[in-house]
Amino acid sequence: MTDQLTRRELLQRGAAGGAALTIPGLLAACGGTSKAGAGSTTSHKLAKTLNFSNWTLYMDVNSKKHTNPSLIQFQKKYGVHVDYVEDINDNAGFFGKIQGALSRGQSIHRDIIVLTDNDRYLALMIKKGWCEKLDKSAIPNIKNLVDVQKHPNFDPNRDYSLPWQSGMTGIAYNDTLTDPVLSIDELFGNPKLKGKITCLNSMGDALTLVMLSNGDDPSKVTDKSFNAAFNRVKKAADSKQIRQFTGNDYAPILARGDLSAAMSWSGDIAQLGQKQIHWNVPKDGGALWTDNMLIPNGGNVYTASVYMNYVYDPKVQGLMEAGDPKRNITGIYYIPPVAGAGEWARKYDPTVANNPLIFPNKKMLDSVHIFDSKALNNQKYLEQWQNLISS
Amino acid sequence: MSYFHRHRELTPYLLLAPGVLFLAVFFVVPLGFLAYQSLESGNIDFGYAFTWSWSNYWHALRDYRAQFVRSLEYAGIATLLALLISYPVAYWIAFRGGRWKNLLLLFIVAPFFVTYLIRTLAWETILSDNGFVVNTLQSLHVLGPSGRLLATSTAVVTGITYNFLPFMALPLYVSLEQIDGRLIEAAEDLYASKLHAFLRVTLPLSLPGVVAGTLLTFIPAAGDFINAQLLGGPDNHMIGNVIQSKFLELTDYPAAAAMSFILMAAILVAVFVYARLVGTEQLTGTAV
Repeated sequence: MTDQLTRRELLQRGAAGGAALTIPGLLAACGGTSKAGAGSTTSHKLAKTLNFSNWTLYMDVNSKKHTNPSLIQFQKKYGVHVDYVEDINDNAGFFGKIQGALSRGQSIHRDIIVLTDNDRYLALMIKKGWCEKLDKSAIPNIKNLVDVQKHPNFDPNRDYSLPWQSGMTGIAYNDTLTDPVLSIDELFGNPKLKGKITCLNSMGDALTLVMLSNGDDPSKVTDKSFNAAFNRVKKAADSKQIRQFTGNDYAPILARGDLSAAMSWSGDIAQLGQKQIHWNVPKDGGALWTDNMLIPNGGNVYTASVYMNYVYDPKVQGLMEAGDPKRNITGIYYIPPVAGAGEWARKYDPTVANNPLIFPNKKMLDSVHIFDSKALNNQKYLEQWQNLISS
Repeated sequence: MSYFHRHRELTPYLLLAPGVLFLAVFFVVPLGFLAYQSLESGNIDFGYAFTWSWSNYWHALRDYRAQFVRSLEYAGIATLLALLISYPVAYWIAFRGGRWKNLLLLFIVAPFFVTYLIRTLAWETILSDNGFVVNTLQSLHVLGPSGRLLATSTAVVTGITYNFLPFMALPLYVSLEQIDGRLIEAAEDLYASKLHAFLRVTLPLSLPGVVAGTLLTFIPAAGDFINAQLLGGPDNHMIGNVIQSKFLELTDYPAAAAMSFILMAAILVAVFVYARLVGTEQLTGTAV
């Protein structure tokens, strides 16, 4: 299907004629017909280097040597050097960077990239056929994937993606400025908070919380539930209850005391580490988001799969997550998707293993929900949302 | 005889070639591609096709007029403020700076050793709800007790003014510094008052700097989106924010391209009107 489209595109662009105008267009269409055969080998031979693009602060670090112990250990074990780059800051920006090459059928020279399921691009990459199928024969440890992650609706059998880490979306508040803010009703409704709260600009996160508060199911979005949630956010924005829509730039404003409360990501608050700021899953429920590893077209499937298998070993994952204070290793401190990682984490650093923001208890996990990935790619919803947050 | 002597008439073109080539490859071609894209239709799921889709333009004008107008308005106010702030500073450095001139100029440029984003974030702290600026304005009753500056248009315009100030101050300095002091002396010898000498001699001679400064400030300011994103509320977003969200969040590349062209056209018209008002020779005068 992708092939047909690009071929048609080539004809159309060719037919459009004209001089300089169409040259980039033609160039763009030319690469499109072949599905980047180059690196996509199915052979079971490890490459020399694994090119891995990830988000910042998302790997275990030896704070003295500034190295990533789990990557060094991987190299020792398999002889594959990991070229680890922290060049992903937001899903939209990163997708914007890679989509040109991928749509022309070119390789982006990455074997693993990491995208979030609370944004549209993860599902889009899979739908457009821009990523390779995992080599599951090389990933026996996939059995350790936690149950809640086994069948997401963007990739029901986990053929293309595996979770890297998860986090939760809830409400943070500053106890020196307000009484506890534990629900969307309060966040959007308490007149004392007018102009002192922010809402996340990520549609999936914001609407999950609001839909749960409305009594709707965020994993199966309907026009009715979308409109109800949308109108509720709009009302709060129009009445100036909401001061700004933010990405994680709410964190410094919250830390400074300009905000009393904010819709917020658990990881940011754990990193702020200020004792007057508290984070909770709202009483009607919160959102669970997961960053997923993908192999973009042209990536080395076998080598990437072997790496995925490696991080799905609970022993490895436990160290990555908790770090090891004795060896100056700082962990990732998000929520690992690997069953059994908690027991290993306990051996390295019990305080991390006991932190509910990193190893949430069952009650917490039962109250967080994953947003409908179809709704994330609904152009009509997206447009309405974008127009709301920048009116 | 060398090649250049025999083909003397070719020399200017050869010298121009690298620049022209650079502009052709990195400006004209991308602009052409953008123009092409602005007339496409489709979406990321099914691909984009060139269909002479002029509706991208009409829809952009219909749906986002407020943001276009707001961008020109914010940029205009910020440019005017930057001019009012920079002129006395540039004047003082040029005529009274003496041997400290270079150091003083360095002070103007110094903040630019820090990234744009960090400079803008610094204003988040300066204008903070509990900061001294807001507290002072509150005690002077300029702001109400629950009033604030962050997430308002004031904060956005302040941020833009600050961020583009050196683009105004430096050309002003250059044109003021070139003024021959004897001309002012002559005016005063001919019984012009200080004010008169300034209005009749200094100001007209510094006009090329004013024109260059306003253009260098206004044009990038109109397309800015960082200040509105960080310092503004949802009602203060500029057209740059909309283009950014169309391009990255909505992957509606044709709409984003069309908006970029409309913005370019609007700026060109504004610059043209401005050039007609102050006279075109001021535009070229800067080069002297």
